Amino acid sequence: MENDKMVRQANQIAQYFSVYPQARAEEGVHGHIRKFWEPRIRTQLIEYVAAGGNGLHELVHTAVDSLRDEPSSGGESGDPAAQQEIGRRAT
Amino acid sequence: MASLNPVNYGTPRRSSDTQITLEIDGQSVTVPQGTSVMRAAIESGIEVPKLCASDMLEPFGSCRLCLVEIEGRKGYPASCTTEVSEGMQVATQTDKLNQIRRGVVELYLSDHPGESLTPEGHGDDELLELADRLDVTEVRYNKGRNHQLATVDGSNPYFDFDASRCIVCSRCVRACNEVQGTFALTVDGRGFASMISAGTDDDNFLSSECVSCGACIQACPTEALIEKDVVEMGMPERSVTTTCAYCGVGCSFNAELKGDEVVRMVPAKQGKANQGHSCVKGRFAWGYTNHPDRITKPMVRDKITDPWREVSWDEAIAFSVDKINGIREQYGSGALGAITSSRCTNEETFLVQKLARAVFNTNNVDTCARVCHSPTGYGLNSTFGTSAGTQDFVSVEKCDVILVIGANPTDAHPVFGSQMKRRLRQGARLIVCDPRAIDLVRSPHVQADYHLQLRPGTNVALVNSMAHTILSEGLENRVFVEERCDMDEYDGWREFILRDENSPENTEQYTGVPASMVREAARLYATGGNGAIYYGLGVTEHSQGSTMVMGMANIAMATGNIGRPGMGVNPLRGQNNVQGSCDMGSFPHELPGYRHVSDQNVRDIFEKEWGVTIGSEPGLRIPNMIDAATAGTFKGLYVQGEDILQSDPNIKHIAAGLAAMECVIIQDIFLNETASYAHVFLPGSTFLEKDGTFTNAERRINRVRKIQTAPAGYADWEITQLLAQALGYPMNYSHPSEIMDEIARTTPTFKGVSFDKIDALGSVQWPCNDDNPEGTPVMHVDTFVRGKGKFMLTPFVPTEERANRKFPLLLTTGRILSQYNVGAQTRRTANRLWHAEDWLEVHPSDAEMRGIKDGTLVAVASRMGETTLRAKVSERMTPGVVYTTFHFPETAANVVTTEFSDWATECPEYKVTAVEVRPCNTMSEWQRRYIDTREKQQQIESEQSVRDPDSVAAGFDAGDKEWEPAE
Ligand code: SF4
Ligand code: SF4
Ligand code: FES
Repeated sequence: MENDKMVRQANQIAQYFSVYPQARAEEGVHGHIRKFWEPRIRTQLIEYVAAGGNGLHELVHTAVDSLRDEPSSGGESGDPAAQQEIGRRAT
Repeated sequence: MASLNPVNYGTPRRSSDTQITLEIDGQSVTVPQGTSVMRAAIESGIEVPKLCASDMLEPFGSCRLCLVEIEGRKGYPASCTTEVSEGMQVATQTDKLNQIRRGVVELYLSDHPGESLTPEGHGDDELLELADRLDVTEVRYNKGRNHQLATVDGSNPYFDFDASRCIVCSRCVRACNEVQGTFALTVDGRGFASMISAGTDDDNFLSSECVSCGACIQACPTEALIEKDVVEMGMPERSVTTTCAYCGVGCSFNAELKGDEVVRMVPAKQGKANQGHSCVKGRFAWGYTNHPDRITKPMVRDKITDPWREVSWDEAIAFSVDKINGIREQYGSGALGAITSSRCTNEETFLVQKLARAVFNTNNVDTCARVCHSPTGYGLNSTFGTSAGTQDFVSVEKCDVILVIGANPTDAHPVFGSQMKRRLRQGARLIVCDPRAIDLVRSPHVQADYHLQLRPGTNVALVNSMAHTILSEGLENRVFVEERCDMDEYDGWREFILRDENSPENTEQYTGVPASMVREAARLYATGGNGAIYYGLGVTEHSQGSTMVMGMANIAMATGNIGRPGMGVNPLRGQNNVQGSCDMGSFPHELPGYRHVSDQNVRDIFEKEWGVTIGSEPGLRIPNMIDAATAGTFKGLYVQGEDILQSDPNIKHIAAGLAAMECVIIQDIFLNETASYAHVFLPGSTFLEKDGTFTNAERRINRVRKIQTAPAGYADWEITQLLAQALGYPMNYSHPSEIMDEIARTTPTFKGVSFDKIDALGSVQWPCNDDNPEGTPVMHVDTFVRGKGKFMLTPFVPTEERANRKFPLLLTTGRILSQYNVGAQTRRTANRLWHAEDWLEVHPSDAEMRGIKDGTLVAVASRMGETTLRAKVSERMTPGVVYTTFHFPETAANVVTTEFSDWATECPEYKVTAVEVRPCNTMSEWQRRYIDTREKQQQIESEQSVRDPDSVAAGFDAGDKEWEPAE
């Protein structure tokens, strides 16, 4: 998806959870993205942050820190490498 | 009267703790107190002649045919209006009674043609039947005294009114009032001159307020009101019970057949969702199933610009398999996906997600609920622990206060709308939250106590201010909260809600609703007795849709309005099987039964059952699939029974995404809009052509029964199975009941469900398991599904879509009674008579400012695009807000809607788009291109018809690709 759209969607999630105390908000944003975003879009987000992460809510940055640390647990073809490959093509 | 319907007990069933025993014709009978003598007799198998009585209506006592003799009472009381009493002794058959009855029948016959309209016997006429039974062979009075020369009112496309056959028993008038609640009919004149009339003197049925629900036809004991199809085809001979395929009410119908042909659809009295009532769509608008536009042969093409080539099933399936395998080899499984349909059965939906997960090996599966009720899933799951409405429909009979938010039940869920109106006429109070003055705000004998006419996009601010009022005025149900809810979460919520920002005085600046009115409405909801919330897409289709669902769940918990009849939080689902398609694992992150794909225990169940490995990562949602397609990583899509090009937001983007795919397989009954971009077309089946189940908005699983064979030969589940088999996966169901058995084996909430059980009970509401073997009408009775109810915080975040100088108006969308969603079905029926094009409703002040009159062609422009349609000046709107429906592809409201969406689920924000409107005499550039593309990309090599000119928007000139100028 286009970066602008991804940033807006990530920020919307952050905006919702930001009403909670810090720890819960962080967990909320990370948990939501982990649970609902397909690996390709998570990869795109991680790469976007690596490239500066312009315009992202603070809570999204924190979430991406955790996302980066955890490997995608398999998924679609059961082959993370294949997914990463697709993920790369997406950007 | 529908003669194939089950017994007419004459008066409605009564319930009472007290039982009364009496004697009828020497037989001892026990019934609940309040029951009529007539009903008591008929329930025990004793036939009582009657004409003005129906068990759908309150007794009236006008025809004097049901007279009986009662020991110790003088005269001959009418059994329909006489209640039973203890020890009563009744005689229904005596010489004297029969003599009186014969006299009455003779009198009626004197102003009746004396024979049926249909060639066979009594046709649909109870009077003729009675005459026969009472042996009335001659009429001593002069024939044709009053109405025999009356002309037939054939204005309605579906039924006729023939006054010469009318006996003025008022059953139709009462049905229209009591059952439907429209009050369209009256009895004009007196005595023998009296006559039934629709609307005013100048009206006929079509021009009157009548909404063609059919209740009066069903009520009519003669053939005065009769379906045109019965007149043409004669009386049906047998009936098969099935379920309507339109809205989420899920009405049960008896499809009445002659030979193998459907003559009419009659609402089933035993149907638990509809209790014998129907709306114009389910009752009459089923003719599309035999429409010449039906595609009857599979078709393929290499490029979307090639004409379609009709091929055999084998070739079409082999063509698809080649493409799918090619894409998988080259790009991986992640480049494939599927879309399940809320119009197909549970079994079919289950199979499509199984095909995606077990055969394509991807979680890229989604459903059209993405664009309607996905926030319901998120919101109710977070707060209550499961994604479903809490009540059954009859629960409304116990409501004291009804809160309708962003829903328009009388148009979109008409049969439930009638049930709700009945309760309102009995005195329940009503709060409507809607930018538009929907019918419920003021209609005959119903008036909302409060209409909170908020600005589009401010639902959350409104619900927060109601919560603020409840808490700050101490109106919460503390006992309920302490016993049933998580107190830590409650405390956090309480602190949040009590902040000043949430007070009605503060939120008024956003919502435009006076603080005092919010406070009064909140007090009424909290303290007025049983309070129930009913909501629709006006809640979900917002950037804060999920937040709003949680906001409503919060106030229901805070006031203890959950867990008993008459309360709850109830989504009115749009399509017939939205609930079911969500239940069946259609979302990319969930397996059937709303269980996340990351849960190894759940995957284990399906991996064992299906013999494959299932991915643990969430798949792509529909908008993600489109994005990934334009980015080049998503290549192949199998769509069953959906038209995403017309129904999803930002059409241009959808078209670009579809065009970027290498293989789009569409399975549908008509060549829909999306098919312009498809490579394979698999002709599907209608609800009359398959076995299976639909699950309605009250979680009720209803049977769909096959009545005829699909013109192309296969039910939709069979086509999915052909595809799976050809892809090398062993899928070998011989009947949909076996698919349901698999659902029951793998999904705890469906554990006790089987076709046999549904056939035995009529229907069953999930959860249906060992604890609730006959299903669950009301949820969260003693505890919430998640254990303790969880209050969620609901910060109001205004949508980014705002009115500004360039786009000063807000556009919101919806649908109307006679048409249904993308209109593919209803546009191909006579329902067009009521709505032949989409209109833009504009408030008089906005219209005047822009020089717009009723009927003016106007261009609606947003920052996304522009489209032209006709304006209707309407006081229903609040100034600054315009409204349209989205039933016609030629007007395509979705070319202007934005890409904004719900934060949690990506459900599009259809309900708020900033627009400008101006008079205009020409079609928009986009419309012209769209029509052009459609014409080019929908050509079929054979002569097959694709789009009956009658099914396109009125006033649209297909030849010149132009609108006819305004009159
Ligand atoms: S069809 Fe329905 S709305 Fe129309 S007159 Fe009959 S009962 Fe009333
Ligand atoms: S469209 Fe809805 S209300 Fe109308 S008959 Fe069908 S299920 Fe019932
Ligand atoms: S049926 Fe009782 S008076 Fe008509």
